[in-house]
Amino acid sequence: MAKRQKVLVLYLKFPSLEAEVISWATFDGTGKKLHMTGDSDTPPYPTGLDALLDGWRLFQASQAIPEQPGEEYRTSYLKHEFFFEKLEEGDF
Amino acid sequence: MPKLLTTEQMAEFASSGCLFFDELIDEQTNKEFLDDIGHTDIDKADSVNDFYKNIKATSSIPRIPAGTPLKEAFPKNSPLDKIFKNEVVEGAITSLVGSNTIVDHQFLHITFPTKYFNQANQRQMSQANHQDSTIDPRSTFDVQLFYFPTEVTKEMGGTRYHPGTHLRIVNEMAIAKYQNILGQKSIVCKPGTIGIFHSGLWHGAGVNFSENIRYMFKVRLQPTEKQELLWDPEKKYQPLPNRALYWTDETKDQTINDILMRPYPWQEADTNRLDKINVVKFWRLLTGHKKMDVDYWLTRIENELY
Repeated sequence: MAKRQKVLVLYLKFPSLEAEVISWATFDGTGKKLHMTGDSDTPPYPTGLDALLDGWRLFQASQAIPEQPGEEYRTSYLKHEFFFEKLEEGDF
Repeated sequence: MPKLLTTEQMAEFASSGCLFFDELIDEQTNKEFLDDIGHTDIDKADSVNDFYKNIKATSSIPRIPAGTPLKEAFPKNSPLDKIFKNEVVEGAITSLVGSNTIVDHQFLHITFPTKYFNQANQRQMSQANHQDSTIDPRSTFDVQLFYFPTEVTKEMGGTRYHPGTHLRIVNEMAIAKYQNILGQKSIVCKPGTIGIFHSGLWHGAGVNFSENIRYMFKVRLQPTEKQELLWDPEKKYQPLPNRALYWTDETKDQTINDILMRPYPWQEADTNRLDKINVVKFWRLLTGHKKMDVDYWLTRIENELY
């Protein structure tokens, strides 16, 4: 039996796992499903906490970085990024 | 005579970063465009490269050196000349980038259907989200005009776009990691539809699961003049007075300030306030009213007494 990693990336409305999902990406290392940009209009979970409740393990979260002086009102990338994983065993 | 945009349409563009004109181009011009590029069905297209080569060799779409005035860009009476002389298209372009706009580049985007990828034994993937060109912190903006000569059904994977993202400064494909964004839209339209995007709007091409080839002709246009009240040459626009905040009067009619302050579902709880501030700053540039505000967002932080 081999192990493969599935990765779920959630971008939340504010930096707490209770917050609503506003953007998401899924990468399936088992090869069972090919995810791609624009493949779903509905988030896989309403909040980050719901992903935990479904067995996803959090392994990285974005840090709070103070805005650069003079650039406080500049907007850019989505801020509140959380990486989750699930390991799946099987014959791949 | 060019039909200039209304103040409401300009506010919509300032807020969402895009405008659409459904079925604007007539059936005859759409047919002329498709005939000109040698539109065919997928069984007759052996490879993407050969398909493009053939169009480049036979169509009237010219090679346009970057920086060419739009007025000199297309052969007289060609389908594209007719499209850019449409009074609504000309009016929208004049309103946003002026009457002496220049061409940055153009491209005919072709999205092949599943059958082609199966035959070629290739993986069929959508285009990742991106912001065109490169990181662009200017106040000046370019526009990208999209022309859809055929119907685009949901299955055809029309251009995906994210309303309200145009003022976020990012670096091209660095947003590719966002596979899906709440509130994302994909263009589904009738033949002859025109879309105009602010050059900063996040977007990407969808997957074409239909049986037919999908086309989208794009031109990026740059202004050569200040983009201030170009839609209102008589300068009649006046900002609205302040209104009550939070403890509001819902009986009042909706105004253009409601368009400017529209929230988008993908915005974070903290950063959405900065998005609003940036829309107000953008509206100041577009209207020339350097002190105008909407809902006190800028007045509050400009009240610096030290």
